[in-house]
Parts: sequence; structure tokens; C-alpha cells
Amino acid sequence: MSGAGRSSARRREALACYGFIMPAILFLALMAVGPIIASFVISFTYWDVMTPPQWIGLENYREMFFHDPLFWKSLWNTLYFTAFIVPLGTIVPFLVAMLLNSRIRGMPIYRTCFYLPSIVPVVAGSVLWLWILNPDFGLFNAVLGVFGIEGPLWMYSPKWSKPAIILMTLWGMAGGPNMLIYLAGLQGVPRSLYEAADMDGARWFTRVWNITIPMMSPYFLFTLVMGFIQAFQVFTQAYVMTTRGDGGPIDSTLFYVLYLYHKAFRQFEMGYASAMAWVLFVVILIITGIQFKLLGKRVHYG
Amino acid sequence: MRTKPAPELVRDPVAPAEIVRRILIHLVLLSGAVVFLFPLIWMLSTSLKPPDEIFSIPPKLIPSTFVWENYTKRVFEIVPYGRHYLNSIIIVSISVFANVLTAAMCAYGFARLRAPGRDWIFGVFLATMMLPPQVMMIPLFIGFQKIGWINTWKPLIVPAFLSGGAFNVFLLRQFFMTIPRDLEEAGLIDGCGRITIFARIIVPLSRPALVTIAIFSFMYHWNDFLTPLIYLHDQDKYTLSLSLNLFKGMYISRTPWGPLMAASVMMVAPVIALFFAVQRHFVEGITLTGLKG
Repeated sequence: MSGAGRSSARRREALACYGFIMPAILFLALMAVGPIIASFVISFTYWDVMTPPQWIGLENYREMFFHDPLFWKSLWNTLYFTAFIVPLGTIVPFLVAMLLNSRIRGMPIYRTCFYLPSIVPVVAGSVLWLWILNPDFGLFNAVLGVFGIEGPLWMYSPKWSKPAIILMTLWGMAGGPNMLIYLAGLQGVPRSLYEAADMDGARWFTRVWNITIPMMSPYFLFTLVMGFIQAFQVFTQAYVMTTRGDGGPIDSTLFYVLYLYHKAFRQFEMGYASAMAWVLFVVILIITGIQFKLLGKRVHYG
Repeated sequence: MRTKPAPELVRDPVAPAEIVRRILIHLVLLSGAVVFLFPLIWMLSTSLKPPDEIFSIPPKLIPSTFVWENYTKRVFEIVPYGRHYLNSIIIVSISVFANVLTAAMCAYGFARLRAPGRDWIFGVFLATMMLPPQVMMIPLFIGFQKIGWINTWKPLIVPAFLSGGAFNVFLLRQFFMTIPRDLEEAGLIDGCGRITIFARIIVPLSRPALVTIAIFSFMYHWNDFLTPLIYLHDQDKYTLSLSLNLFKGMYISRTPWGPLMAASVMMVAPVIALFFAVQRHFVEGITLTGLKG
């Protein structure tokens, strides 16, 4: 083929390539890079969408950090939720995966039973748990009553509303994606390692601690990083499980993204909400960075 | 050649300690399974109870008589549930189709066609997975408002034609790279265009991967709450997830639990049916997420 022919074929291939990846290019421009830049600019304005935006510099950030107790409250609520759901959402699925990794009869049925809650749509799961945790007629407190425990008011108590949402979320997580990821990981641990340990007479706990957990570390790192990112964005459960999505009682379930939603779509403070979104973004970046730095070194890539 | 006998047939006689261990594992698994499934059984049970039995103390697991009224009548009286169901089916069908088609197109371009800047674009595209959607949410809302798309289905459907995000494309690209190049080259020599090769060779060979993407896309759009919440105002445009939330707040004094649980069962049922129909794809797809992460 002549040089000119080859270069025209190359040009045609490039054109075809751009044509095929056009949805991704448009996505990048219209749904990612464009909005990110716009959001950064909007965060320095006061904008109610009805009237033109006003440039107010760092005012939104100053207001947020120094004059808005609800910002700190929503951050605290989110940290509380994260502090429980990330460890629980790692340990419980790991224990479930270890159980489901045993070689016994009927395993596919057990796996299905544990997996099903995780595919229930969050809205359906939320209304279901709202009903189960109903203080007067709910199933949960009735079961507690059998053991002589008087159940709390759950979503009607500022003290118990966050545990209620953690409980509901954990139900959906225990047999879900993390469990499947750990299960795949467990099946990849070479049997020879366990056999060697057996010969040394190692106990079950020693084997898990010295073999299973180190071999599983890349999976833990992945699920921890994703878990933090997702936990910081908790929204639907709190919206559906509270009256008109207000994050009550007394703002006890007003999580960060729920508050951001209120600011943007109820009070139409687009500038303030954008500033909140950017703070969220930076916090997520920092925490992800720290996790990679602290845990990355301990991860054993087998 | 004879295949190896199944392990059961050649197993040594099981030691008593091993039997005890297995019974213990069964007991733990069985009680765990009951605890996890119980909420779903409770959902079903509440939806079939006569109204006064819903509030009985202590609660009854099995209704004294099965009442189908919540499914046949009540659920449609309290909110326009039938309308909402249809809306969800329409929105989700179009979105899934759009996601699968455009994600496959992009994945083919990134996997097989060379162009200057392609890998750079792919890198940036992948990085968007790390972005919290809340950062884009507000400018997108303002943009859609400027073009008059608020309170329409367009902000839910049109973005689905932009590949459905980096994750789908990434998974498909990995799959496409395993398809031998010879097949494509044979097509090129026969004078097929790239579109023909994509439609006649790549897509038919990738059916399992496309099904996996379709499931992810279905789950995402069927469950999505925040997007319709932001964009849809008229009740007759609502999707299922907004519908359930609407039920909950319908009466100030008391949530209609029976009909609401019936509505929930009807929203969960297609997901569970899909799971049993294509179980393998569900599990494989999710496992891939972890392995490649």
C-alpha cells in the first residue's frame, strides 16, 4: 500500500473512532467537565435561579464554616453513619462470605437467601424498614419484646434514628456486592497455604488472621475506599424514612447530601449548595488519598 | 477420556467432629438466612393481611385470610400507581437500551480503533468514576432548566444516550479486547464498514457482557430516586420510587401500610424475577467490579 493510502486509511480509522466514542466525549463535556467547572464558579455566587447570580467571593464558604450550625450537624451525622457503616459493611459481609465459602450441601440456596436483600430497591427497603421499625406495631420491637426488651422509638427518636438507618443499610449490604467480592477473593486463596498451616497445627483463628486476611487485603482496600465514598453520599434512606424528607427528628438524620439537597432544591441557594458539593468532593479526595497511603503499603498483592 | 469421579464418591468416611462442624455451619447459615429473608416475608405478609390484622399486637406472620384487595384495588386508589408503573417501564426501557447501545459503541472505539488522543480521553473518562454526582447535579439542573426540560422525562432519558458512564464502558472494553482481531480483519477484507463489523461481529459475540451491562443499567434506573425527585413535579409523571415515597406521606395520621407493602412487593418482584432468570450475570458482573478495581 502506498504511503498516502496508508495515511488516508489511518485518518478514516481515527474518524470512525471519534464517531464511536462520541457519546463518551459528549458525556465528558456536558455531564462531567463542564458541570464541574460551572459548579466551582457557581460556588462563589449567590444564585436563586430566578434572578441573575451575584458574585460574593468566598462568602458561601465563610458562612458554611463559621455561621451555619446545620452544616456541622449534617457533617457530624454523616461521620456518625460512616463510622458505623464502613466497618460493619466490611466485617459482616466478610463473615457471611466465610460462612458461604464452606463446602456443604445446599450452598446455592443459602447464597441466594443472603444475596436477595441487596437487590431490593433502596426506596422499597426504606419503606419496609420504616414499617418494621414502627414503635407501636412494628415487627422488630415485637421480637425484642419476646426477649423482654422494650424497643426504642427508632425513627421517632433523635437518638435512635441514625442506628435505624444504619440497621436498614446493613441489611442491604451484608450479602451484597462486598460479600460477593470477598467470596471471589476467598476462593482465590491457594489451598496449599492452609494445608501448610494445618501441618503446623495452627488454630482456626490463627489461620484466618495470618493467611486469609492478608491474602484478602486488596479486596478490603477496594471495598473500604468505595464504602467511604458511598457512605458520604447517603441520601435516599434518610429522605424516605423521614417526614417529607426533612431529615428529622430534630435534624438527627439530616445527612450531608440531604442538607445539600434542601439548600439547592428547597431553598434554591445554588451557590451555597455548590460550595457544599465542592467541600464534599475535597473531603472524599482527601479520605481516599489517606486510605491509599495508610493501607496501600499493607496490601499484599498475591 | 473418563472424567474424574465427583469428590463425594471418593471421600473418606467423615469423622464425627466433621459432622458436628457441618451441622453447626448449617444451623448458623439457616438462622442467618431466616433473619435476612424475614423482612421480605414480612412485606409480603403485611400486603396480604386484612386491614385490622396489620395492627394486631403481637403481630401475626400468616394472615388469617389472604386479602388480595391491596393488589387489585387499594394500591391504585391511593396514588395513580398503575400510571407510575407504566412510567417507570417506559423510562427504564429506553434508558437501558440507550446505555447498552452507546456503552458498546464507546467500548468498541476505545478497544479497537486507533485515533490520536484516544487513550488520553479514555483516562479522563475513567477518572469521572471518582466524581461524586452531587458536584455535577446543580449545574445540570440549571442547564436543564434553561432549556425547559424541568418536569419532563428528558433529564432522565437523554443522558442515558451518553453511555451510562465510565464503568459500563470499562467492563465492555475489557471484554471486547478478548475478541480475536482476525474476525474483524476478515470483515474488513470483505469490504465491511466499521458499523457493519460492530453490529454483525462484535455485538453478537459479546452477548453475555451486554446482558451484564443491561442488568446494571436496569437496576440503576429502576431504583433511581434522586434524579426523578429533582426533575419531576407532576404526580402523573412520577416513577415507581417516587410513587412509594408518595404513598408514605398520603395520610397525615397513618401510613396505609397494607397498600404500601403491596406496592413495594410489585416494585421488588421484577428485580427478583430478573435475578432468578440471569443469576450468573448478576454475580459475575459484581465480582468483576471488585477484581478490576
